[in-house]
Amino acid sequence: MDFDLSEEQRLLKESIDGLLTDAYDFDARKKYMKEKGGWSKALWGKLAEQGLLGLPFAETDGGFGAGAVETMIVMEALGKALVVEPYLATVVVAGGFLRHGGSAEQKAKYIPGIIDGSKTFGFAQLEKNSRYDLFDVVTTAKKKGSGWVIDGEKFVVLNGENADTLIVTARTKGGQRDKTGIGVFLVPADAKGVTRKGYPTQDGLHAADITFTNVEVGADAAIGDPENGLPLIERVADEARTALCAEAVGAMDQSLKDTVEYIKTRKQFGVAIGSFQSLQHRAADMFVALEQARSMSMFATMASDFSDAKERSSAVAAAKVQVGKSLKFVGQQSIQLHGGIGMTMEAKIGHYFKRLTMIENTLGDTDYHLRRVSEGGGLLA
Amino acid sequence: MDLAFTKEEIAFREEVREFFKNNVPPETRRKLQEGRHLSKDEMVTWWRILNKKGWGVTHWPKEFGGTGWTTVQHYIFNEELQSYPAPQPLAFGVSMVGPVIYTFGNERQKKEYLPRIANVDDWWCQGFSEPGSGSDLASLKTTAERRGDKWIINGQKTWTTLAQHADMIFCLCRTDKNAKKQMGISFIVFSMKSKGVTVRPIQTIDGGHEVNEVFFDDVEVPYENLIGEENKGWDYAKFLLGNERTGIARVGVSKERLRRIRALASKVESGGRPVIEDPAFREKLTACEIELKALELTQLRVVADEGKHGKGKPNPASSVLKIKGSEIQQTTTELLMEIIGPFAAPYDEHGDAGSNESMDWTAQIAPSYFNNRKVSIYGGSNEIQRNIISKAVLGL
Repeated sequence: MDFDLSEEQRLLKESIDGLLTDAYDFDARKKYMKEKGGWSKALWGKLAEQGLLGLPFAETDGGFGAGAVETMIVMEALGKALVVEPYLATVVVAGGFLRHGGSAEQKAKYIPGIIDGSKTFGFAQLEKNSRYDLFDVVTTAKKKGSGWVIDGEKFVVLNGENADTLIVTARTKGGQRDKTGIGVFLVPADAKGVTRKGYPTQDGLHAADITFTNVEVGADAAIGDPENGLPLIERVADEARTALCAEAVGAMDQSLKDTVEYIKTRKQFGVAIGSFQSLQHRAADMFVALEQARSMSMFATMASDFSDAKERSSAVAAAKVQVGKSLKFVGQQSIQLHGGIGMTMEAKIGHYFKRLTMIENTLGDTDYHLRRVSEGGGLLA
Repeated sequence: MDLAFTKEEIAFREEVREFFKNNVPPETRRKLQEGRHLSKDEMVTWWRILNKKGWGVTHWPKEFGGTGWTTVQHYIFNEELQSYPAPQPLAFGVSMVGPVIYTFGNERQKKEYLPRIANVDDWWCQGFSEPGSGSDLASLKTTAERRGDKWIINGQKTWTTLAQHADMIFCLCRTDKNAKKQMGISFIVFSMKSKGVTVRPIQTIDGGHEVNEVFFDDVEVPYENLIGEENKGWDYAKFLLGNERTGIARVGVSKERLRRIRALASKVESGGRPVIEDPAFREKLTACEIELKALELTQLRVVADEGKHGKGKPNPASSVLKIKGSEIQQTTTELLMEIIGPFAAPYDEHGDAGSNESMDWTAQIAPSYFNNRKVSIYGGSNEIQRNIISKAVLGL
């Protein structure tokens, strides 16, 4: 049992923290968000240069063969700096599909573009009525010759507006809520029949609603078994949730630090407001919430090694519950303790709150995951 | 980072588990599971079994009977002990006064007191809190006045846990009235059988008798019963309170109770089905299990950190353990109350038997719920813990 980072992991943490301290203060972030597409290609290039986009890929695929702990380190740092670039969509999610389900040809075709920063991805999963159930899929993929024809509508596809390639879940068989008959497909974003309506999200990222009309792709577009893709989807979703937990811990950590700093300096009644016990106790409770979330983020990260898929999945769901509860408390109270200034777009603190809020509603919220753990027989067994 | 225990640690857990299975008296275990009070005999019997095995004072230095275990082994032992469940060693002797004596006491005191603490030949109680000194402990008023080779002790202590069983007390007494309040306190130990000591029971809201008031009326104590230096008692008290770190979360206790809740909720019916099948109840239970898992991990982080970097000064993270640990313990007793619902009502003044044979197991649920309100008050109230976090961690 060991919670310390290895020497290499410590170096990784120093390197990404250093990069973001230099290149990603709040003003830089505002500048990046105004660039075309809403994020900085130059910054993305720097992440590629430092090898951060290639971390989780096998060395034989040109990557560094890093594990879940390294992803946790990176996501925490991205959370602290409120990074808007599409690391989750591209490296964690698309990278996850390719690593766990991709054929040798697919890996060779797509992974180098991720690692060198030239290509980004979007995960087209959410549908109008699917909400958080990954198996609830109406979009269809019908066999045509050796390839597939995809029809349907997907919503809030993160980085969907800018992505070069979309990873689309589509039904090859069965009814809307059947757990089999779901496939995962690689679709070029500029394919004929793909219509994207892009928009900024509440937290300063970019997403798109995407319509697929008679979109034809080849046989090589399917990742894994097109009739039984759910286990792959769940596995990748669990990795994405774990990454989101780490990002939230980073954001909460900085949100609390900034709040504590603020109440130490803000004066009212002639004294720093941080000298008032009601505020001190609130800040202490925020610290408790943060540490509980940090523990569960580590738990989910280490659970990626669990051999039992059900156990792994329930650990991740439990982490998402704890992180969801903690982020709501830390996010809301950060605004409260900042007072009026916390309500302004100009202050950074509100942006943590907004990102944290969006994280809760991505890939299953607190209630959703609580129900999952509960229906699975609890966490103690 | 790695969650897994080593092969040796897993084998150790098995050894501990096996020992409890073969040696904890079944009646003692059953009473603990049902939240009942144990008699003095039942507790002492078990502690002597533990001590005979060499596990009475596990964390003490080896020369005084300790085991030399790693922090992880201590963690495993405590967790197994709490979740079996078996009675935990008497904290007042083993965790509190023992370490003060072997750290600050003289040779005579070590030789005289330590073996008797380990074997519970003396039952110790703690003379800290006073009616006017709760969270503000340093304001205490009990005095020890030097007269020749004796101390003359006068004053009153309160919340003295299980003083009715006690042979010895360790006591914070004011020995210099003119010094700043933390500076004039000494740490003195003496026999509860001394002339002038009176113990008066306090009945708590659950109907139980755990705590007492203790009065000192010109109690004569040999001067040599002073531990360490005169007027340095506050330092020893801080040392003593800082020693209690990871055990305070009582993760094992809550684990055992959550297991019991699942079992009972599968048996008791409500609305024509077992309570466990009510999604609202089950989600509350699951939420509590998740909180506990997070706490367990937080505790393991502290344990691993101490194992690696030494114990050093008290880790402020232990305040997190106290706050969350107490909240979770309280939640578990609330869940038990929800399961039994209206059958919580019957009150048995004598505490130890169910009023209704067929619902015998329900007898202690309401008292245990009432009694557990104490856990966020004692050992430094949760508000004091928040003060510690805000000062020591956040720098406010």
